[in-house]
Amino acid sequence: MLGFLATIVGALAAGVSGSVSMIGYGLSAIGPGIGIGIMVGKTVEGQARQPELAARLQTTMILGIAFTDVLALIGFVGLFIAK
Amino acid sequence: MSAGLALQRGFSHSLGSPKEIFEGKCVIGHGTLCLNRESLLIFLIVVVLSVLLIVATSRAQLVPRGLQNIVESTYEFLRRDIVLGVMGPEGEKYGPYLVSLFLFAFLASALEVVPLLQFPTTSRMAIPAMLAMISWGIYNWAGIRAHGFFGYLRAIMFPPGVPKVLYVIVTPIEFAAAVILRPLTLAIRLFANFFAGHLLLLVFVIGTAYVLQNGATIAFAPIALAASVAIIGLEIFIAAVQAYVFALLTAAYVRLASAEEH
Repeated sequence: MLGFLATIVGALAAGVSGSVSMIGYGLSAIGPGIGIGIMVGKTVEGQARQPELAARLQTTMILGIAFTDVLALIGFVGLFIAK
Repeated sequence: MSAGLALQRGFSHSLGSPKEIFEGKCVIGHGTLCLNRESLLIFLIVVVLSVLLIVATSRAQLVPRGLQNIVESTYEFLRRDIVLGVMGPEGEKYGPYLVSLFLFAFLASALEVVPLLQFPTTSRMAIPAMLAMISWGIYNWAGIRAHGFFGYLRAIMFPPGVPKVLYVIVTPIEFAAAVILRPLTLAIRLFANFFAGHLLLLVFVIGTAYVLQNGATIAFAPIALAASVAIIGLEIFIAAVQAYVFALLTAAYVRLASAEEH
């Protein structure tokens, strides 16, 4: 375990070759991915419980997805700014 | 094969110098006062939208049919969902602006899939920034009209129900969120969605052309072509969703700014 961590820290300390901004974009896409997954899951669950509210729930879901999508897209734009 | 070589001569030099993709070239005029591709497309959108809406509602009939029906049902859908749904009956005066915003943002983004003009004008920061600034002006004006200038500042910076000690932290964050972050995220949301979407579409379409050139990889061409068509559909859907979200958020910010605190 400690040897594994030491290998990783050694690789990071030796420097990363290639595109660091791509790593940044990849990391920034984790959060919105999880967030959107949770949000859509809850919407599907809510629609299954109360089908008469399906349209209202879908509107709220689209609004929420637009909010969390911004963070991944800011990372994507930052990829091009940082290069 | 020579067609493939011609394709390669056509786009490979711009792939080698990516700055050329991002910097606009002036079509009419030069220097500061130039009309480039984005400006000409904006004028085209305004002309097309004006002609469409004026033709649809001239000689309006009581029972709409055809073009008048389409325009009226679009307006009714937006009015029901955005204007009345978010702002209630006093939102009627913002109705025309929000519908124009939606139609303009949707057409400006959907221009990506129109066959000869494949460039979404919202994929360069000028147009989303301008729309966000106009929305910023409108929701701040609505707040100032409802509360007065200092009353509006007090309403933003001191939300009720917060213990007085936390105002040191909450006030700068709330002020920055209302005045700086909201237009910034509105603009970035619209811009980044179409910047990324346009690049994605380009990757798949150029990928299809590239894969067709080499005999070894020609088996992937149907996959790339199917993906290009699917992404065209996705881009139309995303254009509609992002325009709707822009208008919806503007309405929500107007409501938040002019809401009476109790």
